[in-house]
Amino acid sequence: MSFKEQLESGKFVVVAELQPPKGNDLSELYEYTELLKGRVDAINIPDLQNAIMRLGSLSVCTLLKARGMEVIYNLSCSDRNRLALQSELLNASALGLKNVLLLQGDHPSIGDHFEAQAVFDLDVMGLLGTAKRLQEGYDLMGNDLQGKPQFCVGAQINATAKGHVLDLEIMDMEKKIRTGVDFFFTNSIYDVSLFEPFVKKVAHFKVPIIVAITLLKSVGMARYVNKHVEGASIPDSIIDQLMKASDKQKVSNEIAGGLIKAFKPLCQGVQLIPIGWEKQIPTLLDDVGL
Amino acid sequence: MIKAEQKPIDEILKYLNPYNKILLSGCGACVTVCHAGGEKEVELLASGLRMARQKIGKKIEVLEVTPARQCEPEFALELSETIEKVEAVLSISCGVGVQTLVRHFPKIPIFPGVNTSFLGETITHGVWEERCQACGNCILEKTGGICPISRCAKQLLNGPCGGSSKGKCEIKKEADCAWQLIYDRLKTLNQLYKLEEIIPAKRWGVESRDSGLRRIVREDLKV
Repeated sequence: MSFKEQLESGKFVVVAELQPPKGNDLSELYEYTELLKGRVDAINIPDLQNAIMRLGSLSVCTLLKARGMEVIYNLSCSDRNRLALQSELLNASALGLKNVLLLQGDHPSIGDHFEAQAVFDLDVMGLLGTAKRLQEGYDLMGNDLQGKPQFCVGAQINATAKGHVLDLEIMDMEKKIRTGVDFFFTNSIYDVSLFEPFVKKVAHFKVPIIVAITLLKSVGMARYVNKHVEGASIPDSIIDQLMKASDKQKVSNEIAGGLIKAFKPLCQGVQLIPIGWEKQIPTLLDDVGL
Repeated sequence: MIKAEQKPIDEILKYLNPYNKILLSGCGACVTVCHAGGEKEVELLASGLRMARQKIGKKIEVLEVTPARQCEPEFALELSETIEKVEAVLSISCGVGVQTLVRHFPKIPIFPGVNTSFLGETITHGVWEERCQACGNCILEKTGGICPISRCAKQLLNGPCGGSSKGKCEIKKEADCAWQLIYDRLKTLNQLYKLEEIIPAKRWGVESRDSGLRRIVREDLKV
């Protein structure tokens, strides 16, 4: 069953994010992929995430697909103009990639090539509109395409926004749905009580929401996230668990497992972000019976 | 107005190294307002150049002038007689003013003494901030009079990027998030409904710098 069919069937999906290497050696990524085969429903491959120069999502997705994995190709507005964005979407389609996550993208100034020029020729709303247009058989200038690409289109939402930012986020979500979004990925959430108000407000949209859970590796990481990541709020109880942990990986899995169980009734899937602890994912999924 | 900052004096001295008699030209318009290239800055920079060159035993004669608006031909041409007496010109007008001199005085080297920074407004004394990128198709009507092209690091047209924190920009922590300002302003005006509209992508290659050199021709004003 394709990722789209799984979403449409209402199944609770499990996605794992795997970061492409900085270089062309895929041996480690292949090792993780073998561990995740049959355990996750799709692998999400970021593209130049955090504006760090790496191997691109397109080639990694193509190679993993050839190894039998369902993949989610990422494309963002930060580094390509509308010609390149359209061409990349056609590239993806020609290579058999159907699941695409379309993103605003990170500004180069926060990454490792901070002297680069930011592009943002289109914003994410423009990019979503572009994918819609291509699927209708036209490019952005109205020229006919030879062949219509078909995508399952995902977008990002900030599901822990509060106050008026939450109202803006919901307005943004509604516009994205109008522009053809089939599923949403959230930011990483560590407190289910922050997600509940959001879910209540957007339930009527009836578009699958997949919650991101980043594996917490240390107290320092948790504090860093709390200080620097907008919308992230790791409760003291989790920080205490990490502080008292003699086996950090075990406790990290327990925390993530608890979150998966808490989120399961509220959303249609989780995206696990292991950032270095990829080998833990099978055990984590065993623990929660997925 | 155009905002600029004086280049480091060492960089300027390198430009002027081969010359012993120059004209230092300021401008009485924008760069005077932002204290980068007005009459006062001409005087200060001229003294600085003379002292620096004297220190290395290579005196330089610096003539000083500050036309009202260096970017206008009638004012630029007032420099004709003086320019004939020097080997090079250092202009601390904006990049437009420098090129006006280049167009009218093609045989003499003309160097920039400031970095032209942006089109901005005065926030308070000594603080200026970008407000316009001359994108060629103003959308301020849609955004409550706050420009996301000049004030959002990602030039987003349809809401914030998600990276802003407590109303501040992810990229420039001291800057207000443009979309926070737009939201606040539209709320004040009771026009939040404007955010429901999807603003289409800008036609950069038609209206903006990406279309190549831009030019305005007013037939009714041509002589």
